[in-house]
Amino acid sequence: MTATPAVEIRGITKRFDDVVAVDAIDMQIANGEFFAMLGPSGCGKTTTLRMIAGLEFPTEGSLKIFGDEVGTLPPHKRPVNTVFQSYALFPHMNVLDNVAFGLRMNGVDRTTARRRASEMIALVRLSGMENRRPAQMSGGQQQRVALARALVNEPKVLLLDEPLGALDLKLRQDMQLELKELQRRLGISFVFVTHDQEEALTMSDRIAVMNDGRLLQVGTPEEIYERPANRFVADFIGTTNLLDGTVVDGSTVCLANGTRVAARSEHPAGTMVAVCLRPERARVVTAGDGTESGIGGVIDTVTYVGNARVYTVRLDWMQLRVREENRPGAAPRESGDPVSVTWDMNAVTVVTE
Amino acid sequence: MSVSEIATGDADEQHTVAAATPAFEAAAARAAARRGLFMALPAYVYLVIFFAAPFAIVVIYSFATRTRTGGISLSGWNLDSYQRLGEQIVRDVLWRSLGLAILTTLICLLVAYPFAYYMTIVSTTARNVMLVMVMIPFWTNFLVRNYAWRLLLSSGGPLSSVTEAIGLGETDLLFTKTAVVIGLVYSFLPFMILPLYASIERIDHSLIEASRDLYANGAQTFRRVVLPLSMPGVIAGSILVFVPSLGAYVTPDILGGGKEVLLGSYIVTQFGTARNFPFGASLSVVLMVVMLTATVAYFRQGGRNL
Repeated sequence: MTATPAVEIRGITKRFDDVVAVDAIDMQIANGEFFAMLGPSGCGKTTTLRMIAGLEFPTEGSLKIFGDEVGTLPPHKRPVNTVFQSYALFPHMNVLDNVAFGLRMNGVDRTTARRRASEMIALVRLSGMENRRPAQMSGGQQQRVALARALVNEPKVLLLDEPLGALDLKLRQDMQLELKELQRRLGISFVFVTHDQEEALTMSDRIAVMNDGRLLQVGTPEEIYERPANRFVADFIGTTNLLDGTVVDGSTVCLANGTRVAARSEHPAGTMVAVCLRPERARVVTAGDGTESGIGGVIDTVTYVGNARVYTVRLDWMQLRVREENRPGAAPRESGDPVSVTWDMNAVTVVTE
Repeated sequence: MSVSEIATGDADEQHTVAAATPAFEAAAARAAARRGLFMALPAYVYLVIFFAAPFAIVVIYSFATRTRTGGISLSGWNLDSYQRLGEQIVRDVLWRSLGLAILTTLICLLVAYPFAYYMTIVSTTARNVMLVMVMIPFWTNFLVRNYAWRLLLSSGGPLSSVTEAIGLGETDLLFTKTAVVIGLVYSFLPFMILPLYASIERIDHSLIEASRDLYANGAQTFRRVVLPLSMPGVIAGSILVFVPSLGAYVTPDILGGGKEVLLGSYIVTQFGTARNFPFGASLSVVLMVVMLTATVAYFRQGGRNL
C-alpha cells in the first residue's frame, strides 16, 4: 500500500525529567485501520496517544498525520479528536452543547452546529437526551456522548484512551462491537489504547504491544498471538506456558531439566530461549501409552470452566497449564493421575528475552 | 465511651446484635444528632452570647425611640429610624459604600484570579510558598498594616519617591478614595484568592485537555470551561470580599481620612457623637440583611467553597 499513512511516527521519544516514557518508537497507522496500543500500565501507550493528540509534545522524533508534520502543533490545530478515559464531558453543559462544542469552536454557526450535533447524538442512539447533563447519565451513555462529541468534528483519526475501562463487562462487550461497527461505517482510523489484551485481540486490525516505553511488536491479532516476537509478548497476550531451554538445532530445544523437545527456531545453537506453549495447543495423554515425545508429569489441579477443563500438570521443575475441550466421551482426568504432555511441532513458538 | 457504645449510641442493648430495625436506626440517628449537638455546644453558646443576643438588641433598638438626652426609650415603638433611610444624605452614604464595595470586589477578582490559577499549575513547593505569601499579612495586626499603608502612600513616602524618580511627579494618594480602595483590596485579597484557588484546583484537568482537543484555543477554553467551572469560587470569594468591604470602618478611616462618609463610619457616628441609637441600629440591620441575603443566595445556588 503506497497511500499516505494516517499516522506516521518515527523515532519518537518522550522524556519527563529523567524518566523515559516513550523510547524511540517507530509506528505507522494506515488510514481506516482499527489500531490498538496494548501494554501494562506505565508502558508508554497513553503517552504515545497523547503525543498524537498534541496533549504532549515529543522530546525527539517526527510525528506526521497524513503526511503533515504535527510534532509541536497544539491540539486544537490537529485533525484528530480524542475520547478520554474518564470521558471528560463538560459537567456544566448539556449533552447537545457538549457535542456541539467542537463545531462551535471551529467556527460553525450555532444552528448548523446544533443540527449536526443532534444527528451525531442520534447516531450513537441517544436521541431525546439532548438536554440532560452528563451527571444524569449512566457510564455507558456518557461514553456515547464522548464518542459523539469527538466524531461530530469528522476527525481524520479518532484517538481513544481506554474508552471502555470504566464500563462493566456486559456493557463493555456490547460497546466493543458497536465501536468496531462505527469504525467500519465511518472508514477512519481508530487508535485505541488498552491494557486489556482480549479487547485488543477482538477489536483491532493491528496491535502494537508496548512495555517500558518500547515498542515490542506490531502485527495482526493472529501474528501477535501465534508468533509473539519475544517472551514478554508471549506472556502478555493470552495465557501461555513458557518452558526455558537452549536451542540444540533448528528443530530441537533442550529444556531446563535436560528433556529434548521438538520446536522449530532460527536461533543459533546454544541460544537461551523459551518454548511458548499455549494451554489449548498442549495435549495430555495417559503416561506410558507409547507416546515418547511427551514430558512426564502428574495432574495437580482440575478446573472445570464449562466448555473445557484446565489442568495444571506438575513437572519436575515447573507447572504447565493444559486446556482440554469438553468432548462427549472424554474421560475426565483427576488430580494425581500420571500423564504425559505432548504437542505438535508447529503448535509452539520459540521466543527469546 | 467505648467503641461499641459509640457505634450503637443509646439504642436498646438487645438490638445491638439483632438486625437493624427501622426503630433502631431512628434511635441511632437521634443519638448521633445528640452527640453532634453536644460537640457543637461551645460554638453555639459563643454565637448566642456574642452574636445573636447583641444582634437581637440592635434589632429591638432600631424600633425604639431616642430620648432627648440621647438615651433609649423602650416604649413608643416606631419605624422612624427606617424612614430616615430614605433621606438623601443616607442614600448617598449607602450608594457610595455599595460602589466602593463593588469596586473593591472587582479589583480583588481581577488580581486574585490569575494568581489563584497560577497556584494550581506550579509545583507543590512553589504553591506552598505562594500560599504562605498570601497568609503572611494575617500575622500582623490589621491596624498596623493600615498604618503601614498610610506611610507608603503619603506624600514624600516610598510610592511618591518612586513616581518622582521615574518622572511622573509627586503623588499624594493618602486620604483619597483610591487609597481606600488600595487598602481594602490589600486587606481582603486573601479571602478572594483562597476560595478561587480551591475551586480552580478542583477542575478536572482532562476537561481543559478535552476543550483544547475540541479546537478551543486558550482564551476560549478559559471562557467556556475554566471560568464557568470556577464560578462557585468566584461567588464565594466575591461574597467574602464584598460583605466586609461594605461595612468597612477602619481602612476608610485611616487611609481615607474620613473625608467621604461611608456606611461603617456613619453607623459609628450614630452610636457615638450623634447618640442616635435607633438610627444607628436601623442602619446596622440594613447592612446585616444585605449580607445575610448575599450569603443565603450563595448557599441556595449550591456553593460549597466558603
